Amino acid sequence: MSYEIWIIIVASLVGITCGVIGCFLILRKLAMLADAISHTVLLGIVLAFLISQSMNGIYMLIGAAIVGLFTAMLIQFLNHKGIQEDASIGVVFTFFFAIGVILITVFADSVHLDVDHALMGEIAFVPFDMVEIGFLPPLPKAFIMLLSILILNIILMMLFYKELKITSFDPALAAAIGIPVMFIHYLLMGMVSVSTVASFDSVGAILVVAMLIAPGASAYLLTNKLSHMLCLSAFFGVLAAISGYYVATWIDSSISGSMAMMSGVLFALVFIFSPTKGLLGKKMNHKRFRSESTAP
Amino acid sequence: MEQIGQMLLAANTQWVLIGTLLLGLASGILGSFALLRKQSLIGDAVAHAALPGICIGFMLTGERSLIILLIGATVTGLLAAYCIQYIASASILKEDTAICLILSTFFGVGIVLLTKVQQMPSGNKSGLDSFIFGQAAGMVSSDVKLMAGAAALLLMVTIIFFKEFKLITFDAEFAKGLGLPVSALNFLFMTLLVAVVVIGIQAVGVILMAALLITPAISARYWTNSLSKMVIISGIFGAISGVIGTLISSLDRGIPTGPFIVVTATIIFFISILFAPARGIITLKIKRRMTNQKLLREQGQVK
Repeated sequence: MSYEIWIIIVASLVGITCGVIGCFLILRKLAMLADAISHTVLLGIVLAFLISQSMNGIYMLIGAAIVGLFTAMLIQFLNHKGIQEDASIGVVFTFFFAIGVILITVFADSVHLDVDHALMGEIAFVPFDMVEIGFLPPLPKAFIMLLSILILNIILMMLFYKELKITSFDPALAAAIGIPVMFIHYLLMGMVSVSTVASFDSVGAILVVAMLIAPGASAYLLTNKLSHMLCLSAFFGVLAAISGYYVATWIDSSISGSMAMMSGVLFALVFIFSPTKGLLGKKMNHKRFRSESTAP
Repeated sequence: MEQIGQMLLAANTQWVLIGTLLLGLASGILGSFALLRKQSLIGDAVAHAALPGICIGFMLTGERSLIILLIGATVTGLLAAYCIQYIASASILKEDTAICLILSTFFGVGIVLLTKVQQMPSGNKSGLDSFIFGQAAGMVSSDVKLMAGAAALLLMVTIIFFKEFKLITFDAEFAKGLGLPVSALNFLFMTLLVAVVVIGIQAVGVILMAALLITPAISARYWTNSLSKMVIISGIFGAISGVIGTLISSLDRGIPTGPFIVVTATIIFFISILFAPARGIITLKIKRRMTNQKLLREQGQVK
């Protein structure tokens, strides 16, 4: 397949994977925690590289999942010790990210990772990194990784859909009927970490936050039903990815940056034009309500 | 040791040190208010959102004039702060989602503009990417003087309005009742917060600037319950972090300043959470053990 098509496919997979997970983050008010994890994943990747001395995706996934979960636990611990949540998030992620950056600069000669890569990803190089598995034609590594993470996420979500739903909307009820709330929380955090790593190569550690949050936030403004929100969010993720790619080639700039930008633009459009919860929609409803109530 | 001695004597290093010291002081003080008002993560978003402003400033003028870049950063930073508050108040989305959304999409725009700037003939050498992680050692003396002057000005304004800020932080209703212009003061505070973030990004970088607002303030919170003491302690912690981080990063060219400032601040935080006199984790353990022993001894005496 051609160069362009692979980039679009990989970008869309990032959009779907992140978009679906993002819905739960928004509903559970964990957006900032996801932001923190996406920053600290950098440390996991650097450590995995320094320990294993290879750029193998599996090691990176493991390293990132460990550091991601550790971030979530440390934030929880500090919070438990009486530090307000935003401060504990701020302290932990800046510290881990700082250590990651220091390690990259100190071991710059031996680490095949530069800071720009960590920030913006290198989706343009995805089609050059092909592997062959069995009888299949050569496929880009990033594609295989993202697809397997997406399938894993979907399986986990189908298995725990009811639990995820109840713990998101009513954690007290969930605890009362015996659902392991903390287990579901860390399961979700683990899914966020591995999705971040899988997307890391393509869009970078910070812009992945845009792909996690913006599609879900847009979907949230359009529907009240969780299953619809998940589908809409995946759709917005893909839309942001594809439009981002074309904008980037049109103005000749960073693909991942313009994907993040387009996810913001899509959100702005939904924020203004959503029929029920948008600015215009609310105004129209208001007017209709007023005209109905003044009508004889 | 000798190397450090020589470095300290260099005029430029002295200026950079004074600059980061004042910056740490100002951000520690404003960060205390931001922390108590639960607005510290807005500072994070503002810092990320400064990146597009810096790039636009550069694209419009075509040269690396710090004052223009900082004006650009202030404009997009304030815009981001406004968008966050608007989204959180006008829709069902919560503030944390709004912060995350604005932070990442503005940063995305910043990255797009940054790649455009690097394609410009003059842009390649502009060193705008040093804004991402901060490079205090690479600042020229006029930049440092601007930063130090701005930090001193921010400090002065904060001291003048200290009483008012204290009131709107703890009891906004009461402040309103007294006839204080609460929304104007909120806007003034937000402007000061954006300003301190903006002057800090050259030294600390857009990604880690939030740490300089949050970490010294939360560490100081462990040592006292009084706002005025907290503000002073937090300012001192910020200043120490700024100075030590700068010293480490000036040992070698190419080492970013921001990460070292952040690591220093976090070490101070860990010391505080473990050993602070009234609330430190280890202090509490020791106290509890001493009370237990005292009780046991007393019981023994009674028996």
